Amino acid sequence: MKRYLLSIYQPDGDPPPPEVLEPIMRDLAALGQEMKAAGVWVFNGGLHAPGTATVLRLQDDEVLITDGPYLEGKEHIGGFTVIQAPDLDSALEWGRKLARVLTLPIEVRPLADEADRCDAPRA
Amino acid sequence: MTLRVPDVPTSEIGRVFREEYGRAVAVLVRVFGDIDIAEEAVQDAFTTAVQRWRSSGLPASPAGWIITTARNRAIDRLRREASREDRYARAALLQARSQDSEPAEEGPVRDERLRLIFTCCHPALATGAQVALTLRLLGGLTTAEIAHAFLVPEPTMAQRLVRAKGKIRDARIPYRVPDDADLPDRLRAVLAVIYLVFNEGYTASSGDRLVREDLCAEAIRLGRLLTELMPGEPEVTGLLALMLLTESRRAARTTTGGGPVLLADQDRTRWDRKLIAEGQSLVRACLRRNQPGPYQIQAAINAVHSDAPATAATDWWQILRLYDQLLALAPTPIVALNRAVAVAEVEGPAAALSLVDGLAFDAYHLFHAIRADLLRRLDRSAEAAQAYEAAIARTKNATERAFLQRRRQELT
Repeated sequence: MKRYLLSIYQPDGDPPPPEVLEPIMRDLAALGQEMKAAGVWVFNGGLHAPGTATVLRLQDDEVLITDGPYLEGKEHIGGFTVIQAPDLDSALEWGRKLARVLTLPIEVRPLADEADRCDAPRA
Repeated sequence: MTLRVPDVPTSEIGRVFREEYGRAVAVLVRVFGDIDIAEEAVQDAFTTAVQRWRSSGLPASPAGWIITTARNRAIDRLRREASREDRYARAALLQARSQDSEPAEEGPVRDERLRLIFTCCHPALATGAQVALTLRLLGGLTTAEIAHAFLVPEPTMAQRLVRAKGKIRDARIPYRVPDDADLPDRLRAVLAVIYLVFNEGYTASSGDRLVREDLCAEAIRLGRLLTELMPGEPEVTGLLALMLLTESRRAARTTTGGGPVLLADQDRTRWDRKLIAEGQSLVRACLRRNQPGPYQIQAAINAVHSDAPATAATDWWQILRLYDQLLALAPTPIVALNRAVAVAEVEGPAAALSLVDGLAFDAYHLFHAIRADLLRRLDRSAEAAQAYEAAIARTKNATERAFLQRRRQELT
């Protein structure tokens, strides 16, 4: 099994009104249950607005603090799900379901797991 | 007693290489689950083959020899590396052991190349990466050859290949023929890659030569391979027929100086009758199945052209009907533009021009070239000249540009 991070890219700003959001959240919860029943779900979470983020950066010997997200932009990661799947095709199938429910772009990215650690980017 | 075996020329080994490289790599990818290990092993085996076969002659099954040698070499090498705590080597060895119980590699039932084609043309890879991987792994072209064919610096192409192979490994893109539900979409991607290679060879998008024959030959070879692997897919047959019929006109479509000759002006005695016969018989086989698709219809259109002994004898009415069918299946501006050319022959240039003017296609040089030709036939020389200028400004191919400039000057 291989783990994949499904990142949800969300436009900044106010969320849609409740009559739009509620059915989406219902479908999202149902998809979460489906993932758990299939043994695919590992972890998931929704994030507060990008404005709540704080970036720490080492400069010389000091760690500088800046307010706001690392990347400027009109879209940021609004939430994520980690799943385990046998291969990319299977992960993409779950990502496709997520994209349909949320109508937002989903980025599917493999985790550098134990089995392929020697190839993981070194920080 | 030892029999004297005649020396095998290097060209003969080269032929085996072109024919068997893809098969060997595909089998080794299954054995080791890793493209780099497979490629390296197969290249090793061919290096050994070049030395050995020259004096001992070709073995009974060159492909079997290459595959066995490559596997043994790779296992030896991986054992050495596995003892040095190399995780990859261990994983590959483990994979190879688990495959040992499976039947011999050259079974006719399942060809590993089919799986590998679908991996190379996986939609998670960019088109450029799909093309490069297919030519590299199935076609056996070197990185330098692919870079040259697509006019990309070699390090750029090498980087593209490394990145694509890394993604296949790290994201675990499977080596698998897609199931029935996904097959139509996935097959479309494979056919698009092969046709892109062919078209790049047929009308080089830039550079100073109109045709790069190597790419056409390679695309046709891949088309034949896929037809052999998927005989039940009419669009696969349709694509092969389309390429063969297009290729049949190669000798006639350029002047001795390398400039293009329009279909209407081609010397039809120079068309390759053998390719036409093969292409037409494939088209007939497709028609009998009655599951039309865009490649089959385009092949049928080309088959109608190939039937006409002279331009004037072309059955334009039938071609227009085929374009109607194609436009219904694939309503793209390119199809609409090509259909307009047929309309010009059946209903006249004025009707065609009103269709062409309804297309928003400013960036495409052929749009302007076709408009220019229609305007010329309607004796609207000033507008035709403008349209030729627009076409000239939009082509990067030097011979095409020269051709368009000549047409522009011929206007009265």
